[in-house]
Amino acid sequence: MAGSPLVTATDLIRFLPEIILTVMGTALMVLDPVLHKRSSYAFGHLSIAALVAGIGAAVLAYAHSGPAFGGMLMVDGFATFFRVLVMGVGILTILPSYSFLARQDAETSEYHALLLFSIAGQCLMAAANDLIIVFIGLEISSIASYVLAGYLRDDKRANEASLKYFLMGSFATAFFLYGVALVYGTTGTVNLTAVRDAIAGQDQPMVVFLGLSAALMFVGLGFKVSAAPFQVWAPDVYQGAPTPVSAFLSAGPKAAAFAVFLRIFLTAFGPIGSGWEPLVGLAALLSMTIGNFAALLQTNIKRMLAYSSIAHAGYVLVALTAHSEIGTAAAMFYLAAYAFMNMGAFFVVSYISGRGEKYQNIEDMAGLGRKQPLAAAMFTIYLLSLIGVPLTGGFFGKFYIFKAALESHLGWMVWLTVLGLLNSAVGAYYYLRVLVMMYMHEPGEAAINVKPMTPGMRLALILPAAGTLFLGIFPTWLLEFASRSAALVK
Amino acid sequence: MNLLTLVLFLPLAGFLCALAIPRSNPQLSRNFALGCSLAAFLASLGLLIGFDRGIAGEQFALDIPWIATPEIHFHVGIDGISLWLIILSTFLTPICMLISWTSIQDRVKEFFAFLLLLECGLVGVFMAQDLFLFYVFWEVSLVPMYFLIGIWGHDRRIYAAVKFFLYTMAGSVLMLTAIIFLYNKTGTFSYPLLLSMLSDGRLTFTGQEQMLLFLAFFVAFAIKVPIFPLHTWLPDAHVEAPTAGSIMLASVMLKMGTYGILHFCLPLFPAAARQCAPWIAVLAIIGILYGALVAMVQPNLKKLVAYSSVSHLGFVILGIFSFTQMGLDGAVYQMLNHGISTGALFLLVGLLYERRHSLVISDFGGVATVAPWLATAFLITTLASIGLPVLNNFVGEFLVLQGAAMANYTWTVYAAIGVIFSACYMLWMYQRVFYGETGETVRHHMPDLRLREWAAIVPLIVMMVWMGVYSQSFLPPVSKTTARVLDQTRINVPFRVGTGNGHALALEAHNGR
Repeated sequence: MAGSPLVTATDLIRFLPEIILTVMGTALMVLDPVLHKRSSYAFGHLSIAALVAGIGAAVLAYAHSGPAFGGMLMVDGFATFFRVLVMGVGILTILPSYSFLARQDAETSEYHALLLFSIAGQCLMAAANDLIIVFIGLEISSIASYVLAGYLRDDKRANEASLKYFLMGSFATAFFLYGVALVYGTTGTVNLTAVRDAIAGQDQPMVVFLGLSAALMFVGLGFKVSAAPFQVWAPDVYQGAPTPVSAFLSAGPKAAAFAVFLRIFLTAFGPIGSGWEPLVGLAALLSMTIGNFAALLQTNIKRMLAYSSIAHAGYVLVALTAHSEIGTAAAMFYLAAYAFMNMGAFFVVSYISGRGEKYQNIEDMAGLGRKQPLAAAMFTIYLLSLIGVPLTGGFFGKFYIFKAALESHLGWMVWLTVLGLLNSAVGAYYYLRVLVMMYMHEPGEAAINVKPMTPGMRLALILPAAGTLFLGIFPTWLLEFASRSAALVK
Repeated sequence: MNLLTLVLFLPLAGFLCALAIPRSNPQLSRNFALGCSLAAFLASLGLLIGFDRGIAGEQFALDIPWIATPEIHFHVGIDGISLWLIILSTFLTPICMLISWTSIQDRVKEFFAFLLLLECGLVGVFMAQDLFLFYVFWEVSLVPMYFLIGIWGHDRRIYAAVKFFLYTMAGSVLMLTAIIFLYNKTGTFSYPLLLSMLSDGRLTFTGQEQMLLFLAFFVAFAIKVPIFPLHTWLPDAHVEAPTAGSIMLASVMLKMGTYGILHFCLPLFPAAARQCAPWIAVLAIIGILYGALVAMVQPNLKKLVAYSSVSHLGFVILGIFSFTQMGLDGAVYQMLNHGISTGALFLLVGLLYERRHSLVISDFGGVATVAPWLATAFLITTLASIGLPVLNNFVGEFLVLQGAAMANYTWTVYAAIGVIFSACYMLWMYQRVFYGETGETVRHHMPDLRLREWAAIVPLIVMMVWMGVYSQSFLPPVSKTTARVLDQTRINVPFRVGTGNGHALALEAHNGR
C-alpha cells in the first residue's frame, strides 16, 4: 500500500452503495423535523430512492469490479449479487411499511434510517474480504436490527424481541470476534485470501487453533443465520418484531450472514474443508429437523414462519456442506428465492393482522380465500413455493441445493439429501394448514375486518409473487449469474 | 407448437382465462370451462387420427430447451400407451364438468378453473419425455386435486385432502432424489436419451444402484396406484372428494402410478424390476383380495367403489409384473377399462348422492322402481366392473390373468378368486340399492336421469360396450408399445431370453420343474 494513495477514485466507486445508503440514512434523521409535518410518506419514498440508487451503484461497482481499500473489500459478482439482494429486500420491506407505520401511528424517520443503516452494514458484509470489515459490517447491520426489532416501544412483545435479540446477538458477535482473534494469532493476517494462503502454505496446519477459530466463527454466524443449535432466539424475535421488520430480518441479515459464511468457509477455511463439512452437515440436519417439527406445533403464523425459516437455513447449510461452486450457486439462488417467498408470506400476515397486530394466528386466516381473493392467492403462491412445488422459485432452490448435495464428493451427502427432502415433505404439512384455513373454512373475524388494500401493500403482495413465479419458470437467468459469481469466491 | 402441445395448453389457457371471469356470472364459468375441455377433447381426437400405429416410439415429439443449467427441456411426445391415457383424461374432463353443473353451487368459478388445471397437469404427466418435466407435471397435478377435495368435498374433506397431499409428496421427494441422481450420473433428463444410453451400454448401473433407484421411483408410483399397503389415503380421498374429484382421481390420477411403473421403472431398471417382480406380484394379489374383501363389508357406496379400485388396480400391477406381452397389454387395457367403468360408477354414485343426500347403502332400496333408467345404467356399469364378457373389463382381466398364468400359475389362481369376489360385492350392493322395498324418501327424491346426466353417462356406456366388443380399435398401438417395453426389460438382465414368456421359463428352470 505504500506509495499508492490511500483512497483512489476506483475505491470510492466500489464503495458507492454503502456511501449512498449511509448518507441518505443520516440525511433522513436530519430532515425529520422538516419533512415530518408535510408528508409522512416522504421518508419511505426517499429510502426507496436511495435503495434504487444503491442498486444502480452496485451495478456500476460491478462494472469496475476488483478489490478496494487495499484488499479489504472485494467487489466481485458474488458481492454484487448479495448487495443487490439485500437492497432489493430493503425496497420490499418499505412497501408494506407505509401502511404498517400509518396503522400504528409510528411514522418517524428513524425507522427508515435504521433500515438503511442495517442494509448498508449488510452490503459491507457482502463485499468484505477481511475479517475486521466483516465484523464492522456485522455490527452495523445487527445493531440497527436490534433497534428495529423493538421499534414499537410500547409493545411488550417487541421489547422482549429486541432485548433477546440484542443480548444473544452480542454474545454471538463476541464468539465471532474470538474466532477472528485466533485466526490472526495463527496466521498473522485477517485478510481472507491471505489466511487461505497461510493455511495452505503451512506444512502442518495448526489444526487445533484453526479448528477452534472456525468453530467459534461457526457459532457466531450460525446464530446470525438462525441455524440449529443456535436458533432459539428466532421464534421470539420474529414473533415480537413488527411484521415488516420480521420479514426483513428473515431475508436481509440472513442473506448477508450467509454471504459471509460462504466467503469465510470457502475462501479462508477451504483447505481444511474435511474438518468442518461433517459439522456443518450435522447443523444442517438439525436445523431442518428442529425447524420443521417445531413449526408443526405452532398456532401463531409469525412463529411458524420463524421455525420454517430455521428449516430453510438448514437447506442452505446443505448447499454449504457440499463445498463446491455448484453448491455456492445453489445457496445464492435459494437465498434470493427465499427472500421473495418468505417476505411475501410475512407481508400477507402484516396485511391481515390489523392495528396492534391483533390477528396473527393461523385460525385468523380462515375464509381469506373468499373475502380477500388476491391476498389469499398470493399467499398460496408463497406457501406452495415454501413447500417446494414445481414452477415456483422455492422448488428450484431446493432442487439446485439437493442436486449439488448429490454431486458432492462426500458419500454421506446422499443420506443428508434423502433426509432433507423427507423433511420438506414434513414441512408441507404446516404450510398446508394455512392453505386449509384460507380456503376450506368459513370467514372469521379477521378476514371480515380487513381494511382496504393500500397501493404500497398491493405492490408488496404482488411483487414477491411475481419474483417467485419468475424464478420458478425462468430460473436460468439468475442461476447463471450465480454460477459465474460462485467461481469468483476464491 | 404442434397438436400435442395444443392439448396441453388449451386447458392451461382455459384455467387462466377462467380465473378472469367475474364471480357474479357462474353460468359463464361453466360454459366457458366446458367449451375449453371439449376443445381439448377434440384436439386429442386429432392426435388419434394423426397417430401412426406402426411406430412404437414417441410421436408428435416436440423438444425445446427450457432451462440451461441443468439442461432441462420442454420435451413432450406420446406412444401407444400415453395416447390412450391422454384421450381418457380429455374425455372424462367434460363429463366431470357436466356432472358438476348443478351439484357445485359454491365458488363455481374456482371449481371449474381447477378442473381445467387438473386436466393440464394430467395430460402433461402422460406426455412428458423429460424426467424433470414429468416431475413438474406430477407435482402440479397434485395442487388442483388438493383444492378440489379440500374445498368442495364432504365432511372429512380437510383430513382427506391433507393426507392425500402428504402421501404423494413423501413418495415424490424420493423420486426427485432418484431423478437428480440419474442426472448427475448421465448429464441428461431426457428419457429417450437415457433409454438409448442403456441399450448401447453407455449407461450401466451397479446392482445396488439399480435397486435403490428402482425402489425410489417405485415407491412414488406405488403410493399413487395405490399398491397394498400404501393404499390408506385412497378410501379417504375418494369418499371425501366431490363426484368430479372422485372420477378424475380414480380414472386418471391412479393411472399416473401404473403408467409411471410401466413407462419408467421397467425400461430404466429392468434387472431390479425383474428381481422384485415376485414380491410385487404378491402385493398385487394381496391388494386384489384385500380390496375385494374390504369392499364387501362397506356400508358406504363410495367407499365400496374406492376399495374396488384397490382391487382392480391390483390386476394392473399383476399384469405389468408378469413380464409377458399379454400381461402388459392386459394391464394397459385394464387401466383404460378401470378409468371408464370406475369413473362411471363414481358418476352414478354421485347422482344417487345428489338425490338422496346419503352414501349409506341401507338408506337406499327399490331405486329401480322409481328410476329405471338410472338403474339400467348402473346395472350395465356394475356388470362391466365385474368383468362380464362383451363389456370392457372382461378383456383386460382375461389378458392379465392369462399373462400372469404364463409367468406363474399360482398367481392366476389367487387373482381369479378376486374376480369372483368382485361379482359378490358389486351384485350384492346393486341388489340392496336398487331392488327391495322402495322407501318413502327414495320414492320422493329419486327422479330419473335428466338430459344433462344422460349426456354424461351415455358416452361412458358406449365406451364400455365398444371396448368390450371390439378391442381391436384400441389394442394394436398399445401392443406395439408394450412389446417395446418388454424388449427394453431384457437389456442388461442376467437371463437374457428371446421368447415372450422368458420370465416364466427362467422361473421354471429355477424351480427345477
